[in-house]
Amino acid sequence: MSGKNFKMLSNPFNLQNPVTVQILGICSALAVTVKLKPAIVMGLSVIVVTAFSNLVISWMRNSIPPRIRIIVQLVVVATMVILVDQVLRAFVYDVSKQLSVYVGLIITNCIIMGRLEAFAMGNKPWPSFIDGIGNGIGYAVILIVVATVRELFGSGTLLGFKIVPQAFFDAGYVNNGMMIMPTMALILVGVIIWIQRSYFKQLNEKE
Amino acid sequence: MQEIINIFVRSVFIDNMIFAFFLGMCSYLAVSKTVKTSIGLGIAVVFVQVITVPVNYLLLKYVMKPGALSWLGETFQGVDLSFLSFMVFIATIAAMVQLVEMIVEKFSPALYNSLGIFLPLIAVNCAILGGSLFMEQREYENIGQVLSWGLGSGFGWMLAIVSLAAIREKMKYNQIPPALKGMGITFIVTGLMSIAFMSFLGIKI
Repeated sequence: MSGKNFKMLSNPFNLQNPVTVQILGICSALAVTVKLKPAIVMGLSVIVVTAFSNLVISWMRNSIPPRIRIIVQLVVVATMVILVDQVLRAFVYDVSKQLSVYVGLIITNCIIMGRLEAFAMGNKPWPSFIDGIGNGIGYAVILIVVATVRELFGSGTLLGFKIVPQAFFDAGYVNNGMMIMPTMALILVGVIIWIQRSYFKQLNEKE
Repeated sequence: MQEIINIFVRSVFIDNMIFAFFLGMCSYLAVSKTVKTSIGLGIAVVFVQVITVPVNYLLLKYVMKPGALSWLGETFQGVDLSFLSFMVFIATIAAMVQLVEMIVEKFSPALYNSLGIFLPLIAVNCAILGGSLFMEQREYENIGQVLSWGLGSGFGWMLAIVSLAAIREKMKYNQIPPALKGMGITFIVTGLMSIAFMSFLGIKI
């Protein structure tokens, strides 16, 4: 893999992170992070959908009339999401129930539309595919970090296994009920942005 | 009638699109810099939500549900198209947004100018698609309930964006740590607002 492609893959982890820097795809990032398992499944689904819709749109980019491109993009993305949804229902039914409407909402996830508009419409299929994977992973990383914190402190488990030992609970340790509430997801993402921007000062917004 | 009012109140305060489900976050964060523009976007969302949710409900009821096509004749009795719902919903939304845009442009140029760029952008707002998907999931019984859910969810979203914009306008004059400026503090403020909305959770209706 050439250096340029590698940069495209690794940039979204940090300096071009879709969630914390580009502020895209927040809706699902916050809603599915109560437990780690749905968050991982959601991350994987978004990686698949972003990568393949980038690839398809990039193949078709010269034949799409610009006036109706949004509808064409939506149809391609919706097809991918229907595929992912059917696969999830067939193989991990319980997780698919937990994710409820948020699988369908991948269609309107701004990361995907944003990457299609900003990258796939103007680049060759292979770089678009890499770009899709990179941005999908950048999104999944934030999901996993937020979900780890919320599940560990909210329920004392990770992936359903007990992590906080029983002795702690006997000594008076209590799970933080706030972590399960939607509120903490917002505040955690805010804190992640804060930490990231304190280290990488070039990301600070000037007002 | 009472049920319809209950659904409206629930969808505005308890099941608020932003604070309980995080739907429509992208435009909520991006367009909440001033109160004026956020009111414009809010009205546009209510408008589109009230139209698309009932239309999708009718499509779901008479075309896509298992056995819904039986009005076409015996042969269509067993057809189940519900796996197509994502595609049909998003197509309806995109078409409706286009239609609403053209109608508003024709009959009320003043409103059209004030909504401006927001109207076409609504097609990719998750709150709109989410409204239709929740409508499917919760299995509302009649068109009145669906209409009330569409209106309430749109209105709850508007309430959230306008109040955030008001807070952000005031926040301009505050001393915020440079790394938190902009998005960081907006997230935390939204979190605090959602704590305020949690107080409605205890209401049983």
